[in-house]
Parts: sequence; C-alpha cells; structure tokens
Amino acid sequence: MWTSIGVSSVEVLRRVGCEVEFDKRQTCCAQPAYNTGYLDEARLVARRFIQIFEESKADAIVSPSGSCTAMVHHYPQLFAGDTKWLPRAQAVAAKTHELSSFLVRVLKKEDVGASWKGRLTWHDACHGLRDLNIKSEPRTLIRNVRGAEFVEMEHADACCGFGGTFSVKYPEISVAILDQKIDAIERASVKAVVSGDASCLMQIGGRLSRKGSKVQVMHLAELLAAKETD
Amino acid sequence: MNHLSSETFRENARAALADAHLRGALKNATSLFGEKRKAAAASLPNWEDLRTQASAIKDEVLSHLDGYLEEFVGKAEARGAQVHWARNAAEANSIICGLATERKARVVVKSKSMTTEETHLNDALEAAGMQVVETDLGEYIIQLAEEPPSHIIAPAIHKTRGQIGELFTAELGMPPTDDVAQLTSTARATLRDRFAAADVGISGVNFAIAETGTIVIVENEGNIRLTTSLPRLHIAVMGIEKVIPRFADLDVFLKLLPRSASGQRMSAYQSFITGTKRRATDEGPEELHIVLLDNGRSRMLAHPVTRQSLACLRCGACLNVCPVYQQVGGHAYGSVYPGPIGAVITPQLMGIEKAAQLPYASSLCGACREVCPVKIDIPRLLLHLRGEITPRKGSVAERLAFKLWARAMMSPALYKLSSVAGRLLQRVMPISKAWTSGRDLRPIESKSFHQLWSNE
Repeated sequence: MWTSIGVSSVEVLRRVGCEVEFDKRQTCCAQPAYNTGYLDEARLVARRFIQIFEESKADAIVSPSGSCTAMVHHYPQLFAGDTKWLPRAQAVAAKTHELSSFLVRVLKKEDVGASWKGRLTWHDACHGLRDLNIKSEPRTLIRNVRGAEFVEMEHADACCGFGGTFSVKYPEISVAILDQKIDAIERASVKAVVSGDASCLMQIGGRLSRKGSKVQVMHLAELLAAKETD
Repeated sequence: MNHLSSETFRENARAALADAHLRGALKNATSLFGEKRKAAAASLPNWEDLRTQASAIKDEVLSHLDGYLEEFVGKAEARGAQVHWARNAAEANSIICGLATERKARVVVKSKSMTTEETHLNDALEAAGMQVVETDLGEYIIQLAEEPPSHIIAPAIHKTRGQIGELFTAELGMPPTDDVAQLTSTARATLRDRFAAADVGISGVNFAIAETGTIVIVENEGNIRLTTSLPRLHIAVMGIEKVIPRFADLDVFLKLLPRSASGQRMSAYQSFITGTKRRATDEGPEELHIVLLDNGRSRMLAHPVTRQSLACLRCGACLNVCPVYQQVGGHAYGSVYPGPIGAVITPQLMGIEKAAQLPYASSLCGACREVCPVKIDIPRLLLHLRGEITPRKGSVAERLAFKLWARAMMSPALYKLSSVAGRLLQRVMPISKAWTSGRDLRPIESKSFHQLWSNE
C-alpha cells in the first residue's frame, strides 16, 4: 500500500551493510484479526508467518512497523499452552525487530548517512513505544539526518486514534482523538511529521489532507533513505 | 435520570462528543490529574519497583483468595465485627436494607463507595423508605443532579463549576455563584446536619488486612471519618478482592494509591478500623458489619487471564490517560466503572452480551497499562474479551469478512489479488464511509513492493 516504505527500508539496510532478502510468499502478520478478536483466523495466518520465516536463514527479521513487530512478539501469547507452536512462535519472535530498534540496538548504527532539509517532528506510534519500548532510537537516528531540524511536539507519545478496526468501528471518537494530534503537529510548525508505522501515518495524513494542511507525513524509513542535496 | 446503557455506547459517545461543556471539563480535569500523577510518581525513585511489588502481592492474594478471606473474616469477627457474604448485588442490598430496617433507621449517610454504586444500593435503601445522603462532595453533587458517577475517583468530573452553581441554586436554594469556597461551605453545612441525624453510616473499603482484620479507607474530605464514627451502626461494603495479606503490605499500596489517583503523596485521612469499640465508654459505632460482595468476581477469578481484572485499586489513573475516555467521558460507558478498566470489568460484571461494545472502545494504545499502579495488562484483557465476544456477538458480515481475509492472507496469489481489488474499489467508490467521513484515504500506489522486488 505504501511502496516506498518497503523500498526505503531495503535501501537503508543495504546502506549499512546488510544483505536483504524478501520472501514473496509473505502476506500479513495477523494483527487485524487478533486485535478484533478473531483468534482462530489470527492463529491460521500467524502459523503461516512462522512457517515461512522459519525457513529463512537470515539472522534477523526486520519490519518497518512497530505494530507488526509487536504482533509477532505477541505470538507466544496467541499460542499459549500450544506445545507444538509456542516454541516456534517464541523463536520467530526473538528474531523479529522493528527497523529503528534493529539499526540502533542491534547494529549500533546511529547515523545512516541520510540528508533531508527542513523542520520535522516525531510521532511515537503506540505499539512501538509501549510494547517494544522504542523511544530514543528513532530520535537518535533523526537527529543524525543532515539538514533536518528536529523538534518535539507536545504529547508526542499520545495515541493518534487509529487503533486498527477501532478507526472504523468508532470513527467519530477516532477522529476526535486524532484532532488533538493534528493540533500538536500544527503548533510545532513543521514541514513533516515522521513516524514508524504506516497506519498512524495514514490516519494523521488523512486528516491533514482533509484539512488542507501542507504538512507532509513521512515514514522513518523514507526519511532515513533520503539523500537530498542542494 | 441520566442513566445511559452500555448497549448504546456508540450513540452515547456521539452525544458526548457533541457536548462542548463536557469536553472542556474533561480536558481540564484529565490533563490536570495526568500531570499530577506523573509528577507524584517521578518523586519516588523506586516507583517501578513499587508497582512490581504491588502486582506481586495482588497475584499472591488472587491465587489464594479463599485462604486470605477466611483469615480476614476470622480476625475481623474476633474483634467484634459481623461479616456477611453476598453472592450478588441484590443479596448485598437486601442484607444492608435488612440491617437498617431492623434498627428502625431513617437517615443513612454514605461515604464514597464504588462497590455500592455497582449494586445501586441507594435505590434499594430509598425503596425501603430511608433518606440516603452521599457525603463525598462529588457524590453529593451527582446525587443532587440524579446522575451516576462519571469517574472512579472524581464522580462529578463531567460538570463545570458553573453547572454545579446552577444545581446548588436549584436544589439547595443558595444564591447563584460559581465560587468554589461558597459552594463547598454550603454543601458542608447541609451535610453536617445530616451526619448529626444519621442512624447508619455506610462506607466502602480500600484494603482489608487479613493479618489483623482491619479495614482501611483513604479520603481527603473527612466525611469518611464522620460516616464511620458518628452513627451507631457502620456498614462497610467491599468486593472480595480487596483483601491484602499483611499490615506491612500497606507500605507499598499507600504509596501507590494516592499518587496514582490524585497525584497526592498521601491522602488527607487514612482510617484504620479494627472491629468495634472495646469498652462501652469508648466513642464510635456500636456495631460494625462488613458485607463481602462477589457479584461476578469469582467468575473473573476462575480464569488466569481475567483474574488480573481483580487487582484493580480503583485509582482511576487509567481513565485520565485514556484517549477514548478523554474524549467521551464516563457516562458514555453506561457503567459505574468507565474507561479502560471499566471496559474490562463491566462486561464481566453485567454479562458480555450487554456490554459487548466496551472492549472495542479502545485503540489499544497501552497508556492505561503504563500508568496502572498494579500493572494490570488492560490491552491484553480487552483482547481476551474481544476473543470471547466475536463468536457470540460478532456481526455476520464481520465474521465473513475475517474468514475471507484469512483465506486471502493464506495465499500469495489471493493476497496479490486482494490488493488489486482494493486498488480498483478505491478508484470507483469510497471504500469505507466510516473512514472517509473525517479523513482522506491514501491513494494506493500503482506498483506494490512485491512487484518491485520481482522486477529487481
């Protein structure tokens, strides 16, 4: 849906010396079903994810999404008491990392050689922040982007109101929550708002666009892949 | 009476969003509570350790609740308290009404108690012919307004000063004002008179100590002290989960509770009540009755996941940080327990069918889990309840959609097809009105990452 996030992630990982493979059989991590309460469907899709990624010889599984990564980390919960699948779920979860956390915690890369001109702010996507404890990693990476002026917006860690099916089950509440975020972004007077999850960016971008705002939404991977020269 | 139902959460929320007074009041109160809590937690270097300890104590209690309850009851009875067991709200109310009626009580004063809100005790007492007076200021306000509480610790949080002034003018005949000091002193004068006349005092319980049979109640206004000491009969109502093993455990809980609830280092009053007075010449009630309420709690206890719901201290911290509660307030939930913990407890108390919308009233952002003083994993509980709801209450369309979705996700070919279908649909029609009513839809790109990867 947001092709450049994938492309940019590959670009950044290669730039820091990783060999990247992509198994084209992969589909989804099962989060939509899990979060809506369709546990059988979620287990079905999660088992497929586990099988496919078990076959890979890669050292790590990297996803440019805190939410998808957190879902994989929840697999052991989904297969609690299942003697066959629980250990497999645990093994796959242990190998799965969110992009910024993989770069900073695992590879110890704080500067990926990106350059982008302008003032920008960061939105903490909830699952990255609270399920995976990712807070300083993206900020460190952003501060090292040449030309970028990083400012914290107010309540950067507040939810944008997306919440998966929540956003369409309770659209009015979702948008009311979102408007708090939009206000904070506007007060920060930035050219772009950056986050680690496409879903938050869809939500925030959808409202910014509806309001005719000029602020652009950008995934962290896109920012880190940027090579702007003037 | 403004009693909304959990079954109409969606409509309740919509109405709340349209209420500018409510949203202003909520924004002020929740952000103030939130900031004060944060500062109070930061003032203790070992906050995280305290949470871990508290969570461990609750785990221990809930794993051996029967034993701790027996110990508590034995100790409390040995000190002269009389203990009653109520399986449900109706039993609790009938025990309490019976005690009051037998003693020919006419006036009942109550201190703030969520458990008696849960059982709707006031209605039962009034039906038995008694005058019931709530003596906590917030509870008094909503009693005058004939409304249910909208927050666990601040029941009148939804009201502005101006609205309270109007209410007092209408109900108490005082001259119009929105001056807090004047409003408070009018309430105080009215309440003092009722304390003096009261035959029965009814309170809740924050902690019941198994080791000593003591009940502990914390507050700021002094009305609990009066409620539990002036009338001849004191009835304390508690959920069975309120017991803690040792007196020393209070060290942890009394640090966590006031800081989490109101951002205070300590509440103004902490009452410790162990049995009745020892000598006839002592002051205090002649009788202490403790009502232990189950009302669905042993059902929660039976499952290792839902058991966590019973660790709740009723501090209300999760409400203040919840993005949904911050927008819609407490009444929308149609339950005396609103917010994230309310969305967990309510369906388990009143039956999942009656509150099936509540576990979905969350973006699963996890802010509640982050502030919970006893580390309840509220998002996990919500997900667990969603898993219970879908087979029973999930709409046919939704169930079918997820079956088809799962099938598409099981095959790369179908997955590809579904994204092509999505792209086509998006071009010809607004995919989902629910989304596009407030947000634009991001156009789907012409080439997927899968395609680009193959071309490489």
